[in-house]
Amino acid sequence: MSVVEIRNVHKKFGNLEVLKGVDFNVDEGEEVCLIGRSGSGKSTLLRCINLLEIPDSGQISVFGQDIMKYRNINEYRRKVGMCFQQFNLFSNLNVLENCVLPQRKVLKASREKAVETALFYLKKVGMQDFVNASVSNISGGQKQRVAIARALCVNPKLMLFDEPTSALDPEMVQEVLNVMKTLAQEGLTMIVVTHEMRFAREVADRIVFMDEGVIIEDNPPEVMFTHPENSRTAEFLKAYI
Amino acid sequence: MIMDRFISNILKILRTYGVSLMLGVRTTLMVSLIGTVAGLILGLIVGGIRAVRLDFTASSAARVIKKVIDGFLNVYIALFRGTPMMVQALFIYYLLLDIIHWTYLQAAIVVISVNTGAYMAEIIRSGIQSVDIGQTEAARALGMSNFQTMMHVILPQALRNAFPAVGNEFIVNIKDSSVLMIISITELMFQAKSIAGSTFLFTETYFIEAMIYLILTTVASIALNMIERRFSRNSVSLPQSDTSPSSFALAVETRQEGNSDYVSR
Repeated sequence: MSVVEIRNVHKKFGNLEVLKGVDFNVDEGEEVCLIGRSGSGKSTLLRCINLLEIPDSGQISVFGQDIMKYRNINEYRRKVGMCFQQFNLFSNLNVLENCVLPQRKVLKASREKAVETALFYLKKVGMQDFVNASVSNISGGQKQRVAIARALCVNPKLMLFDEPTSALDPEMVQEVLNVMKTLAQEGLTMIVVTHEMRFAREVADRIVFMDEGVIIEDNPPEVMFTHPENSRTAEFLKAYI
Repeated sequence: MIMDRFISNILKILRTYGVSLMLGVRTTLMVSLIGTVAGLILGLIVGGIRAVRLDFTASSAARVIKKVIDGFLNVYIALFRGTPMMVQALFIYYLLLDIIHWTYLQAAIVVISVNTGAYMAEIIRSGIQSVDIGQTEAARALGMSNFQTMMHVILPQALRNAFPAVGNEFIVNIKDSSVLMIISITELMFQAKSIAGSTFLFTETYFIEAMIYLILTTVASIALNMIERRFSRNSVSLPQSDTSPSSFALAVETRQEGNSDYVSR
């Protein structure tokens, strides 16, 4: 079953056309990696899926419903988790409260229930020893793991990752990728914008290569990395191998 | 000779009129403190409303209402920042006198609060702008509403960032509440003026008054600095299980950033 169906989506910022008619599908339980040069439109496409950017035209259906027709987008957004390149942990709250607040406000969970869920997911990402830490005192990799736990706390059915490791020091990349790998193995549907080709190759069911606002190639990793169909894909991947 | 005279006159005034000066100090502090707190609350509300950007799902009716409210708030800010508080005090006192029959003191507190609110709204606005847009995006992506995001994520951070400017408003109010003597509230300026009028010791009286204001503002700014330092210490409390030198250094560094001087407007 298709979780995400995108049809002919266009998006302009001023005169710059970032998405020039994108068609794209993601099935339930699938892990899809979006790759491409910076400025190719992959982040914008991802942000259109949870309506942080509003497409100019085209159609996006998620869980079988046209997302532009929601009366209350908060209802929709809570089913779609998102992790950002810059983590965006709430800097007025500590690690635990970052995970508690959204549950209290979005799911209307009781304090005890919210703390319990928060501890469960913080443990899952290996941050259980830092529950009382201030978010300014933990490393980038730890921040991103907390951000993942925070997103999981509201029980999303789909996770979007916008270059989750691009702002990290090299030695911290792996700890975040390991967490993501675990989630993938558990069958969570994930769309990941990334430059980590090894991760993509290892974890993704499909890899989508974007260039200049369109999808150039959409193939399983073994095809993509060994004999890409498109010469632009080959040229792009050459830089990573 | 002249110096001796000056000092003995000052002592005489303090002996005779010390109590009324202290009463003046009390009123000045009360009016400026209430004015600052009420003004801050008003500023948070006004600044918060102005900073909200409606979702694309908002109905056109909601958009119109938001525009009208924004317009109204802009007029409020422009009016109160663009006219002297002395004029505001006179105008508002007499405007509402026949309707609500209020006392001078009530009028003074309302005027200074509403006046401070206009400045605070601008202070909070720049505080909100200093909060990274990623904070809003993360909250919204989690499904939190505009209002929840503002209340629980943006305003607490905006308030912390704006704290030096907010504290500065208190110091400004200690001094500027002196213009409220125009509607006969018995704050420090009013008391000094009456003392000078009955003793004819103008220089000495106003010298004392100036010194009292200076002491009040200095003490207030020291107190605000202490509060601010505590503020930033709380925000970087050490994680319980992590005592690595790097995070400790970070905590110390952030603590020192909290030192900012209070400068009067």
